[in-house]
Amino acid sequence: MNTLYSKEIMKHFRHPRNVGKMKNYDGLGKIGNLLCGDILWLYIKVGKDKKGREIIKKASFSTFGCTIAIANSSLITTMIKGKTLGEAMKITKEKLLKRLGKVPPFKIHCSLLAVDGLSEAIYDYFLKNKKEIPKELQKRHERIQKHLKIIEERYKEYVSLEKKILEK
Amino acid sequence: MPKTSKRIYLDYAATTPVDSRVIKVMLSYFSERFGNTMSLHSFGQEAKQALEESREVVGSLIKTKPTEIIFTGSGTESNNLALKGIAFANRKNGRHIIISQIEHPSVLEAAKWLESQGFKITKLPVDRHGLINLNNLKKAIKKDTILVSIIHANNEIGTIQRISEIGKICKGKGVYFHTDATQSFGKVPIDVNKMNIDLLTANSHKMYGPKGAACLFVREGTKIEPLLHGGGHEAGLRSSTVNVAAIAGFAEAARICKREMKKEVKRLIKLRDKLIKGVLEKIEESHLNGHPKKRLPNNTNFWFSFVEGESLVIQLDLLGISASTGSACSSAKLEPSHVLLAIGSKPHQAHGSLRLTLGRWTKEKDIDYVLKVLPGIIGRLRKISPFKKR
Ligand code: FES
Repeated sequence: MNTLYSKEIMKHFRHPRNVGKMKNYDGLGKIGNLLCGDILWLYIKVGKDKKGREIIKKASFSTFGCTIAIANSSLITTMIKGKTLGEAMKITKEKLLKRLGKVPPFKIHCSLLAVDGLSEAIYDYFLKNKKEIPKELQKRHERIQKHLKIIEERYKEYVSLEKKILEK
Repeated sequence: MPKTSKRIYLDYAATTPVDSRVIKVMLSYFSERFGNTMSLHSFGQEAKQALEESREVVGSLIKTKPTEIIFTGSGTESNNLALKGIAFANRKNGRHIIISQIEHPSVLEAAKWLESQGFKITKLPVDRHGLINLNNLKKAIKKDTILVSIIHANNEIGTIQRISEIGKICKGKGVYFHTDATQSFGKVPIDVNKMNIDLLTANSHKMYGPKGAACLFVREGTKIEPLLHGGGHEAGLRSSTVNVAAIAGFAEAARICKREMKKEVKRLIKLRDKLIKGVLEKIEESHLNGHPKKRLPNNTNFWFSFVEGESLVIQLDLLGISASTGSACSSAKLEPSHVLLAIGSKPHQAHGSLRLTLGRWTKEKDIDYVLKVLPGIIGRLRKISPFKKR
């Protein structure tokens, strides 16, 4: 069958891993790519490895979005499991795209959704645990929030509706 | 439709397969009756005859004179010819053109371009079902208005405008009235005289004919300029060597539609209503887009809360069902459907939209299959979605 997307995308889309909300999460990244309207919530549970480094023990997601957004969310949760926070933060949009295979040009932003979701989840964890936030992460957080605000302003009505849905 | 594997095509509004009866007619025009309609010899005359017969057949479907049909290469071309052709031929009488917010991109973009050329465009809003307000139209027509172009049946939500009333208003005010009937031609009865239509776009590949053939009905006496200048084909309105095979196919498709329309309309309405009823009953938080009654016999358009349409279409494709969506995620511009926004859909509503359009080879068991699998797919996607109801 001829399909629009690569095998790797379809694999994760058909059988997404780590779907759903996490109960006792340590970090939650809520990301809205309100440009297209897609939304991702990414949860992480942080633990320690044998060497005592902080690693991501578990990750899960909820996505309201396109095929690639779902595939990406699934992919990133599998990639970060067992990684130290530092390692996880090194995952870029380009790395995801490489794993995914060919993606139509207007679908490139979908990969950023997952990366931003992860970095916001880690930020959330640092903030809650009163840890020092790396400069890089702080910068990313500010960009994401700024971006979000601009878009939220533009899609005011939409955002309030989303909130209503969320509160249901 | 040729059966290759289990696939259910429910995207007839995008394009249709060519009917085998049409293909049969077309075949002789490739290597036997291949002549150029402008040639004097018998090959040319053979082609010419086929062309003129086709004109008659296509025109008869909407009650025109054969000479009032101008064949073109696509619906987009016909729409461009109508707008730009009328605009430039009549600009001494005025520069104001009225369209609706839910036109096909080929009308919207042509109008936008005309705006850049100094024309004034009014875009009439529509109500939540997709109908324009007739009083608004009356008020919008000014002294310098030269053309009103309103889509007959909308390609996304299937809403059918009150075209006779619109025609009457335009006639009363003495402005040209064009309608894009791409989706309705051959599917519902149209009479350009009773409906007071001056120009009408029709397209072969939406009615089981080949791609590459379309037409513009231009009422006798209408002042219009061509887009393509050259050898003077199509009464000087569309120079280009005539694509006789495609046009003969278009005509055969029109002939079949005319013959079968009554029965087919009934059959499709039954299937359409079964699908609508089934979806709304079986799936929680599902909603119908478009008009409950004034809609194409083959069109359904829904929106589902908490899911996104592009991933829904891909899911359906995996199960062999071909559909489409107005979600931003499916458009290269990342914008939700302008039609859904025009009927007042919020972005998240457009985001979860799904269009299923039926056609000649849609069977009741196909509808049953959709009704069987769709609730599960929606459920699956809602499980992934953060907004699912708890
Ligand atoms: S289209 Fe926006 S995340 Fe895919």
